[in-house]
Amino acid sequence: MQNISVDELKSIANDLRIKAVDMIFKAQSGHPGGSLSAAEFVTACYFREMNIDPADPKWADRDRFVLSKGHVCPIQYAALATKGYFDVSVLDTLRKEGSILQGHPDMKKCPGIDISTGSLGQGFACGAGMALAGKRQGKDYRVFVVLGDGELDEGEIWEACNVCNKYELDNVVVFVDWNNLQIDGTCDEVMPLLDIGKKFEAFGFEVWNIDGNDMQQMVDTLDEIRDRKNGRPKCIVGKTVKGKGVSYMENVCSWHGTAPNEEQYKQAMMELKGAAV
Amino acid sequence: MSLIATRDGFGDEIVALGKENKNIFVVDADIGKSCKSAAFAKALPEQHVNVGIAEQSAAGVAAGLATCGIIPFVVTYAAFGSMRMVEMIRQEACYPNLNVKIACSHGGVTPANDGASHQCIEDMGILSTIPNMTVVMPADYQSARKLVRAAAEKYGPVYLRFTRDAVPEIYGPDEQFEIGKAKQLRDGRAAAIIANGDTVRLAVEAAQKLADEGVEVRVLDMHTVKPLDVDAVAAAVNDCGKIVTVEDHNIINGLGAAVACVAADMGKGQVKRIGIQDQFGMSAPYERLLAMNGITTENIVATVQALVKA
Repeated sequence: MQNISVDELKSIANDLRIKAVDMIFKAQSGHPGGSLSAAEFVTACYFREMNIDPADPKWADRDRFVLSKGHVCPIQYAALATKGYFDVSVLDTLRKEGSILQGHPDMKKCPGIDISTGSLGQGFACGAGMALAGKRQGKDYRVFVVLGDGELDEGEIWEACNVCNKYELDNVVVFVDWNNLQIDGTCDEVMPLLDIGKKFEAFGFEVWNIDGNDMQQMVDTLDEIRDRKNGRPKCIVGKTVKGKGVSYMENVCSWHGTAPNEEQYKQAMMELKGAAV
Repeated sequence: MSLIATRDGFGDEIVALGKENKNIFVVDADIGKSCKSAAFAKALPEQHVNVGIAEQSAAGVAAGLATCGIIPFVVTYAAFGSMRMVEMIRQEACYPNLNVKIACSHGGVTPANDGASHQCIEDMGILSTIPNMTVVMPADYQSARKLVRAAAEKYGPVYLRFTRDAVPEIYGPDEQFEIGKAKQLRDGRAAAIIANGDTVRLAVEAAQKLADEGVEVRVLDMHTVKPLDVDAVAAAVNDCGKIVTVEDHNIINGLGAAVACVAADMGKGQVKRIGIQDQFGMSAPYERLLAMNGITTENIVATVQALVKA
């Protein structure tokens, strides 16, 4: 864990949002909505919570980060570049031929990516495997997993929950980015999720329901979780706003996977830069 | 000649490997007893995981373990290991080229009385089409043991296909095997029979019958479907010209198709494929299911004779 204030984290989250929208604009391709909703968790993990070394991305004792909803990788790429895993200028190559920044995260190409993801529902089980390896190898690293709410439609998510419960993987911290929008509509329309927190509780998790875009709540929750080595996996259900920080993207379904045009880009930059603390 | 199933070869070798290397893990999906990983679970509980009847997460958990230096063997039936979790194998094992092994029993029509749901005639074709994947089917107990060990020693994803029924031992314990290198069991120039798995014994029997009639054929145990031993196939095309393939797998996308592609690329030779005739099975005795598809010693003999006379 690194000492850093909530205000500094807010400022970094805003900067990561700027970088994410900027790279998606330059690529004219990518997923802004979910990148923006997950910014607080990604920032809190990379800049405060996780025990990592950008100079040694494969360090065996590092904390792991699994972006199970891999399509929001722009926000993770922004965090990795800012942390120094690669040069910030590389962000301009997102989704371009030969880039280390694939449309969905590729662990063989991009330093700092702990598992390749992109097909929804799959990353979580890999994270469980990493956490189980840590337990069996006597290591005390933790595994931070980002799940989309729509991704919870996938059956493999709940299989992975069973694994976390059975093997008492209290070194797993799952963040559910509950922005309530998926591609074909709201989660309620496409496939009602009911009470996500209660579901995870029923699967043996300790659950925190928070405002996932509130950095103070995020930090407080991660503080509370840190030393709870009680055999129970952790789940933060974060109520978030898809497209958070860019007014015209907020809560608008079509910004799931659309790049802004020139005019929209300028407005987004104006709003995000204006929000800088 | 003693009879023992290839799944027993896996079960015995994986215990030996696990005792030698604490990074060898088994990830079971609740059919370990049937797939012969139960002894491993008992002997090496700290290297054993059972995710329940949940093949998708079995593959995912294995990939996660592999990122941490563990060599996981996911153990289930071929039908589930090749289809229920195929996308997880593709995305999380093959795409990142992780050191995940998929070790499946009940390949082909050996789960005979279980019916079509448990028989698996598609697996080697499906998995062969995924980049980075290696696909292996041993012919007997000893080769199963050797090829399990070779799979553990080879970096990258490997699919191993074993079968349920006891089959005659072909090889002695000192025989050496290399993934991607065919074993020549007999030589001859009239034709070549290229088989894998449980059908190798049929090929050997057929070759003996043909020899009794004065027709000398080459027999290759092509235990590795991918990467195919192209040199051995090319040599068979050049030396024998006429080739009969035999497999307990759909004739589409299996061993026969792979062999035929080599001959087509060479613009030489003639290939006849014996295998499952692109049809689902049913609950019936194993030998009957094979016979329904022409996978018999008699049909191999007849097919070779017809080719040789043509």
